[in-house]
Amino acid sequence: MKKLMKGNEAVAEAAIRGGCRAFFGYPITPQNEIPEYLSRRLPEVGGVFIQAESEVSAINMVYGAAGSGVRAMTSSSSPGISLKQEGISYICGAELPCVIVNMVRGGPGLGGIQPAQSDYFQAVKGGGHGDYHMLVYGPHTVQEAVDIMYDAFDKADEYRLPVMILGDGMIGQIMEAVELPEMKDPASFPKKPWACDGKGVGKDRRIINSLYIEPDALEEVNHRLFDRYELLKERETRYEEYMTEDAETVIVAYGTVARIAKSAVNELRARGRKVGLFRPITLYPYPEKALNDVAKEASVRRFVTIELSMGQMVEDVRLAVNGLKPVEFFGRTGGNVMTPDDIVAYIEKE
Amino acid sequence: MEEKIIIAGFGGQGVLSLGQFIAYAAIADGKEVTWLPSYGPEMRGGTSNCSVVVSDKQVASPIVARPDCLIAMNKPSLYKFVNRVKPGGTIIVNSSLIPDKVEREDVKVVYIDAQEMALEAGNARTANIVVLGAYMGISKLFPVGTIKKTIEDKFASKPKVIPANLKAFDIGYASASE
Repeated sequence: MKKLMKGNEAVAEAAIRGGCRAFFGYPITPQNEIPEYLSRRLPEVGGVFIQAESEVSAINMVYGAAGSGVRAMTSSSSPGISLKQEGISYICGAELPCVIVNMVRGGPGLGGIQPAQSDYFQAVKGGGHGDYHMLVYGPHTVQEAVDIMYDAFDKADEYRLPVMILGDGMIGQIMEAVELPEMKDPASFPKKPWACDGKGVGKDRRIINSLYIEPDALEEVNHRLFDRYELLKERETRYEEYMTEDAETVIVAYGTVARIAKSAVNELRARGRKVGLFRPITLYPYPEKALNDVAKEASVRRFVTIELSMGQMVEDVRLAVNGLKPVEFFGRTGGNVMTPDDIVAYIEKE
Repeated sequence: MEEKIIIAGFGGQGVLSLGQFIAYAAIADGKEVTWLPSYGPEMRGGTSNCSVVVSDKQVASPIVARPDCLIAMNKPSLYKFVNRVKPGGTIIVNSSLIPDKVEREDVKVVYIDAQEMALEAGNARTANIVVLGAYMGISKLFPVGTIKKTIEDKFASKPKVIPANLKAFDIGYASASE
């Protein structure tokens, strides 16, 4: 039976069903329904909810909890995610699994509270210091956000890295019908022989650390992390193509903007224009090869990247297209959101 | 079918919950739906609106540029959205608070004295349900039984207010279906 749920609440419930047993956060609009929901729900499943005194504390609590082997997460919105960057870098260095949700709002600075996609660089290029990446998803519907959240801890555990769900104010605030998956049984989760859960003693003691003074040791860590990112590229890259087969103009958009673009594609097709949509679902790893394949199609004349930013993902589109076809950009910022009509007008004015 | 609705008014008039009733009824009726609120510095007395899209297919854009129906609960909301309604669309005007007449001739305009009808139903706070009834009377979007069941379900924790709300719905429905 489908249930009407707000994006934030649906993501929170999916986290619980996916095995989340610890949440640490600090309030910020437009994601407050996540902690609100989990503060009520986590105690019911024997989990822990703590409203920390700051975002910095919250991410370090996630670091500690993840180090003990528990499925831990935090959520925030742009300014709060900036504050968490140091902790995220440490978690990546210590090779710990966790999940981070960012319901993006306009920036820089305190910015605004309306939807934006201007944290793309921060999410996929590494917002903290050092050589690292996270597995980053950009869901476009509440159902997709639920499905991604449900498996996010499995992915985090498998690759021992943070998974980030990069939403926006719209996906957090919208209500849609969702099918919630069954509760996963924590007993079925893979064992964590590295976790500081009180089991290793003496020479088998377990250490969670991100400090490697010896250059050779640190270089080895960096290579190990990047070998894992290569695996992500092979196995976890996801995207959707919509009406790209005979398209002359291919729109590239992710998250809720991709839905607005989909309406525009439908309208443009009805007017006889050959327009399609390429929608990355993973933002890191970026579906580079698939997009390059689209660029090789003879029918494709140009790409139009559409974002709620001044142009961030467009750089990855250009890298993927690699000069094969022109790449244009159309965006709105500051919390303003384009309508399907705005996109139709942009595509038609060429 | 795809019906796009914008519901707007000031905070405290129940515009967000009016939209939610439509969304819940849509699910009960087996339709796809999105409900997207304006959020942020809204407060009681400030402006507030939500966009609802009901469809047979998965909804693409939850952003509504040109609604099939505008429900305007106060004057600033009417003027903010009046020119965006599709030709042939519908505007429902809460005439208790909006004395103005809509000057467009390419849309159907229905004036509902929601406050007066809410008092008639026995609860001044049911004005949004009066308007919901009026909208259903005009659009026949869902079977009456489905939406009434939704009202009963949503007020299940406050059973005392159910009769007045059902009555408000009936009064609104009747006023717009003639």
